[in-house]
Amino acid sequence: MTIQEKINGAGTRPASLLPSGLTLNDHRNLILKRTEETGHYNGLETLEFKESDPIGYERIFSKLRAGLVNSREVAKKIAASPIVEQEGELCFTLYNVAGDCIATSTGIIIHVGTMGAAIKYMIQNNWEANPGINPGDMFTNNDCQIGNVHPCDIATIVPIFHEGNLIGWVGGVTHVIDVGAVGPGSMSNGQIQRFGDGVQITCRKTGVNDTPLRDWLHESQRNVRTPNYWILDEKTRIAGCHMIRDLVEETVREEGMEAYEKFATEVIEDGRRGLVSRIRAMTIPGKIKTVAFVDVPYAHEDVAVPSPFAKVDTIMHAPCEITVKPDATWRLDFEGCSRWGWHTYNANPVAFTSGIWVMMTQSLVPTERINDGARYATEFRLPKGTWTNPDDRRTAHADAWHFLVSSWSSLWRGISRTYFGRGYLEEVNAGNSNPCNWLQGGGINQEGEIHAVNSFETAACGTGACAVKDGLNHAAAIWNPEGDMGDIEIWELAEPLLYMGRTIKTNTGGYGKYRGGLGFETLRMVWGSADWTMFFMGNGYMNSDWGLMGGYPAATGYRFEAHNTGLLERIQEGKSLPLGKDRDPGQCELEKHLGPDALVKRDKQCITTEAIFENGDLYLNYLRGGPGFGDPLDRAIADVENDLNQNFVLPEFAEKVYGVVISQDKDGTWTVDGQKTIAQRGAIRKARIARGKPTRQWMESERQRIIDKDASVQVQQMFASSFHLSERFLNEFKTFWDLPASWELKEEELGIPMFGAKHHMDLSELPDVHPVIMTEQ
Amino acid sequence: MSNFTKKQVSDLVKGSLDWDTLHMMLSMPKDKERYANYMSVLQDQVSWDDKIIMAFGPHLYLAETTADKTLVTKCSCGHDFGDYRTNWKLNALVYVRDDEEKMQEVYPKLMAPDTNWQVYREYYCPTCGVMHDIEAPTPWYPVIHDFQPDIPALFDWLDLPAPVNA
Repeated sequence: MTIQEKINGAGTRPASLLPSGLTLNDHRNLILKRTEETGHYNGLETLEFKESDPIGYERIFSKLRAGLVNSREVAKKIAASPIVEQEGELCFTLYNVAGDCIATSTGIIIHVGTMGAAIKYMIQNNWEANPGINPGDMFTNNDCQIGNVHPCDIATIVPIFHEGNLIGWVGGVTHVIDVGAVGPGSMSNGQIQRFGDGVQITCRKTGVNDTPLRDWLHESQRNVRTPNYWILDEKTRIAGCHMIRDLVEETVREEGMEAYEKFATEVIEDGRRGLVSRIRAMTIPGKIKTVAFVDVPYAHEDVAVPSPFAKVDTIMHAPCEITVKPDATWRLDFEGCSRWGWHTYNANPVAFTSGIWVMMTQSLVPTERINDGARYATEFRLPKGTWTNPDDRRTAHADAWHFLVSSWSSLWRGISRTYFGRGYLEEVNAGNSNPCNWLQGGGINQEGEIHAVNSFETAACGTGACAVKDGLNHAAAIWNPEGDMGDIEIWELAEPLLYMGRTIKTNTGGYGKYRGGLGFETLRMVWGSADWTMFFMGNGYMNSDWGLMGGYPAATGYRFEAHNTGLLERIQEGKSLPLGKDRDPGQCELEKHLGPDALVKRDKQCITTEAIFENGDLYLNYLRGGPGFGDPLDRAIADVENDLNQNFVLPEFAEKVYGVVISQDKDGTWTVDGQKTIAQRGAIRKARIARGKPTRQWMESERQRIIDKDASVQVQQMFASSFHLSERFLNEFKTFWDLPASWELKEEELGIPMFGAKHHMDLSELPDVHPVIMTEQ
Repeated sequence: MSNFTKKQVSDLVKGSLDWDTLHMMLSMPKDKERYANYMSVLQDQVSWDDKIIMAFGPHLYLAETTADKTLVTKCSCGHDFGDYRTNWKLNALVYVRDDEEKMQEVYPKLMAPDTNWQVYREYYCPTCGVMHDIEAPTPWYPVIHDFQPDIPALFDWLDLPAPVNA
């Protein structure tokens, strides 16, 4: 386990909130010390309560867990934002006194860790002395430098007391629709620093006596574009937290304080043991290497940023070595990651370490018992200065997910190799789509109000293929296990954008014996707005998912937007209209239904900043597919036939990739000829042998390209950035390619701005700030 | 803990297992016996006698040779990629999709990566042409050694004797 907490001086000591007389910081440090010394949470080598009274133990767990889930379901009905009410982008979590999670609700469970980090920050920075922690208080946090994923996840944290003593905390988080960043929408582009990333609140006391403070209410509303959604989201969080606080008080009354306190520590050790047990039961010990990349194409003219040093193309690099140890704990080491950047995709260590449980709940820990125990069974190493542990307090994080989901996808792929190796094929997942595009924008909406949008249709992308079945079509996103694309009618109420069409996206699932789930596409026409902008946010030049064991990655993204479309006139004249179904983007189907003066952007630039959209303009929202598993030539013929008849794959690629021989009858139904397909697949395998080169022979030519520095600037910048941060990665690279000792690659050679590469200032350099550090760095 | 028959494991490998049983496999604690059943099913699928120890892919195995008990990476067709500690990809054939034309053989225009950013490396068996893996890295990226199992530790977990040369 990784325990890297700083042990700080106590500072001014108020009257203790604990019966032990300890400060909260001393209390927490004792737990960490006992944990480090024994390898068991809080030194619990036996689970005395669970073993002596298993029914009592389970009774408390069931009551709390059910209450958390119920509170979430009730509270979300208060929200008006479709992101919360439709998509379920909220979560409630219960913590013990030390800020370690006991149990959580369903929903965006990454916040098990992020809200815990905020509580630990308050503990470590002596909040109990100033501003004080009292019954009825409320604290609000969304600070990404404390552990939040991105500023739009607003957390309300409420302390829980019993007879004058602090006995725990409850946190509730919602993903709000706008935080007043430079770009409208919750995960916007355009800003490149924290100072444009929207309002950030650092564990601020925003309520006393169960009442939000008036200065907070007035200030917070005017800092965002969508105050009505903001207010109702806050009421949602407060209501849920208070329901759960009531539940804890009731539980203490019924079970007794002693039982509750024992439970609140044992359940975390129980969670730690649970992960160890599953690792031993499902995986294979050893080393797994994996890697992920994301394109950051900021040199393009449609990316407008305030600072010239951000106008560069770069690539995010996230290599990972997973070590599954003989004692069935594991270590995830991200040595070699590239540097943080001048964009909104940076992440902090807590976002990373907490987020992986969203994914692992779907295979490694598929239980209700998600708590901080799993973290204590895991060693994380996130090197300082990388995109996932920035060493500069200026970094922006609005769309940290863009990098996070990509790096996690590779973990899924990596650990799946161990499930497959032992025969647990049902758990294999080739990865996940990079859930995007993010349709965002703002201006004056159809109601004449200042507005911002972030379409969460993204919550229903294609999933990765399994080793026994195809991925699910338009089904889920990695960050929320309860995927839902939302109702068209609700989105049309929330956004001045009419649906011209919503359909499955052909050819988006990665090919394979089992293909990745397909994404979908919606064509939106601006309607009823006064002043309106939108932008794109997704992968385009690269894809971040790979296939697994012979399966292909999913399709990459592309952008389609159209202005001066003539659509309003075509509607009046009864002419044909574009209704989506952009099945083969090379065929430009949508353009066939536009006026002669239409201005179309159809390209791979999938990250843009605000562009003006008039009523009648078009925006294609393409939600990505998932990666495939296994050699496509092994795909069952009947499955390819079904793919063709459902428009899941274009005939050209069914022939080329799946090797099927096909024909179409007069009704348009496709049929695959089994016998001819067997022969054709044999011919394709022979063709592969003919065109393939021995790998070592190919390596000689690739080595020469490296010596000649023959690669795009963005590829060289990625390597130079990683080399600068990691001598180990540089040495491994040079050893693999057998490069001369004198070979080097520096960013200085590339002729691009290097702001932040050498000069930076970390949060810890601010006066009286003690960051909470829970990973090796 | 659930137990599953060799027939059920065989159906799982073939992709024909009924959903109810598959769901049970997903939702119940894992069956430790799966390993033995799985190895037996895989062994039945190949025409050679070397003993399969682990699966690296649908057609790629770690096998203990009958001749001298060495551990090798082996294709289902029988092609021997050499010592399992060496990355088998280095002894495979590779085809790199590194320009637009090669990319558009597998994805429509605009739906494949730009090869100035990312390439696809397809690794084939030199004997039978099966595609064992596809990497999707930037140009220059070292060939990745995906998985290096700790065989003795696994066999300790399984309560089985480890191969002599592990």
